[in-house]
Amino acid sequence: MTALLEVARLSARYGRGAPVLHEVALELGQGEFVTVIGANTAGKSTLLRAISGVGPAVEGSIRFDGRELTAVAPHARPKLGIAHVPEGRHVFPEMSVEENLAIGAHARGGAPGGGAAARLEAIFELFPRLRERRRQFGGTLSGGEQQMLAIGRGLMLEPRLLILDEPSLGLAPMIVEELHDRLVEIHRRGVAILLVEQNVSLALSVASRGYVLQSGSIVLEGPAGELLRDDRVREAYLGI
Amino acid sequence: MQLLQALVDGLLIGGVYGVVSIGLSLVFGVMNIVNFAHAAFLMLGMFVAWFAWAFLGLDPLLGAFLSFVLVFAFGCAVQQVLVRPILAAPQVAQIFLTVGLLIVLENAALMAFGADFRSVQTPYQTSAFRLGGIIVSKPYLYAFAMALLSGAAVWAFLERTAVGRAMRATAQDPMAATLMGIDTQRMHRLAFGVGVGLTAFGGAVILPYLTVSPTVGSHYVVLMFTAVVLGGLGSVAGAVVGGIAVGVIQSVSALVFPIQLQNLVLFVVFILVLALRPDGIVRRRGA
Ligand SMILES: Nc1ncnc2c1ncn2[C@@H]1O[C@H](COP(=O)(O)OP(=O)(O)O)[C@@H](O)[C@H]1O
Ligand SMILES: [Mg+2]
Repeated sequence: MTALLEVARLSARYGRGAPVLHEVALELGQGEFVTVIGANTAGKSTLLRAISGVGPAVEGSIRFDGRELTAVAPHARPKLGIAHVPEGRHVFPEMSVEENLAIGAHARGGAPGGGAAARLEAIFELFPRLRERRRQFGGTLSGGEQQMLAIGRGLMLEPRLLILDEPSLGLAPMIVEELHDRLVEIHRRGVAILLVEQNVSLALSVASRGYVLQSGSIVLEGPAGELLRDDRVREAYLGI
Repeated sequence: MQLLQALVDGLLIGGVYGVVSIGLSLVFGVMNIVNFAHAAFLMLGMFVAWFAWAFLGLDPLLGAFLSFVLVFAFGCAVQQVLVRPILAAPQVAQIFLTVGLLIVLENAALMAFGADFRSVQTPYQTSAFRLGGIIVSKPYLYAFAMALLSGAAVWAFLERTAVGRAMRATAQDPMAATLMGIDTQRMHRLAFGVGVGLTAFGGAVILPYLTVSPTVGSHYVVLMFTAVVLGGLGSVAGAVVGGIAVGVIQSVSALVFPIQLQNLVLFVVFILVLALRPDGIVRRRGA
């Protein structure tokens, strides 16, 4: 079976600045749950942005489902089945929850048919809070609710790959755990997930494999359980 | 009675001001640039309508649709070729570009059409409805109605269609819009085209009571900026409210001050609003 996502020799930079990523290689199988961990400014967000094409200039190759993404316009990538929930959530502040969700299906093309209603229902089941708040503006939600909305919006695409950048950032511990339960649930429904998290122990407990990114290079990779027991990981990221 | 008459006239004229200002607000809301050339597109719309009247016998109220279509297409091209490259540039460069565009368009019109003032003749030009003691000028009323209809159409487009929603998304968060699969550059073209097309439409419908010349836009620049600043730059509904406020201020102040001071009153309002309520008197919402 070929990988769903295959990143090879990927370098990235902003403008004329120094490279932020150096020859990164990463693979993610169909329906796999992979996490990328690393310290602040290691380049995790840059890696995710390179995949969806919003931000850095890249060299190297990013293949999705066998297709070279670097040749695809950024706005054409969601249509291939890639949903990216960016760091900081980026919900549309002056649109209702419903409108935010509806626009998540934009790449599926126009007419909101019966399929859209069913997807909306599935998302409301996953995040009941969104149903309660559905007429409220995105900008008026709490951080946790905004994160659920951002994920729900991504799921409206019915993606094959869901990219999540620090979904737990700034959320209360209880909400963080709930959120990770939801991610496991989403993964169980067959969506491949690429998760970047600050909360390393939580990330490694839900993902099946992990990569450690340090100053723009992958320095370690392996099954999540092994990384969790790795002394270098424990020392650097778990503070043990 | 005189005051009531001034209020009615102000409302009818101001409604048009509002609608021709929407594009200024829309373009700012979607791509964060102030289009100083906006009023020149009003002039282009007036000329299209004038030629449609002179050569095709089309009433400007109908010619307005032609004005919209042609200026919309021209606006999309201007966005693609001239505005897009300077979107990421410093503000000074953006100001130079749009002010330069204003000068180029005015002078091109001067070369092509000459400096004459042109007007149209319509059957309703000098007629009016009388309601009690109030005179409702037909050309004012028709222009007002057409302008509000076009404004409502744009509002419905923004609020009720998938493309309009994508345009609002681009205005609110361009990066997130791209992640939703929205082609933000296409949205920029459309927003610019719709914005200047709408002002061209508004220019056409006032032709029955005004004359057109290459520099007619300069009379509108202050009005438009006052309208959008009153309404809150970036807000569509605000632009209409602001435009009506401008029209009413203009016509009521004409009762008190000599006509030459009309724009002075507007300037004072403009500066006061900038100083006291820089976000406008209507809260910003949507694009
Ligand atoms: N938009 C940008 N423009 C210039 N440099 C950036 C930009 N975004 C991130 N960087 C730089 O790239 C490096 C990696 O940042 P980032 O990918 O956000 O790291 P992480 O997500 O791991 O915290 C940092 O040094 C940061 O300063
Ligand atoms: Mg980051």
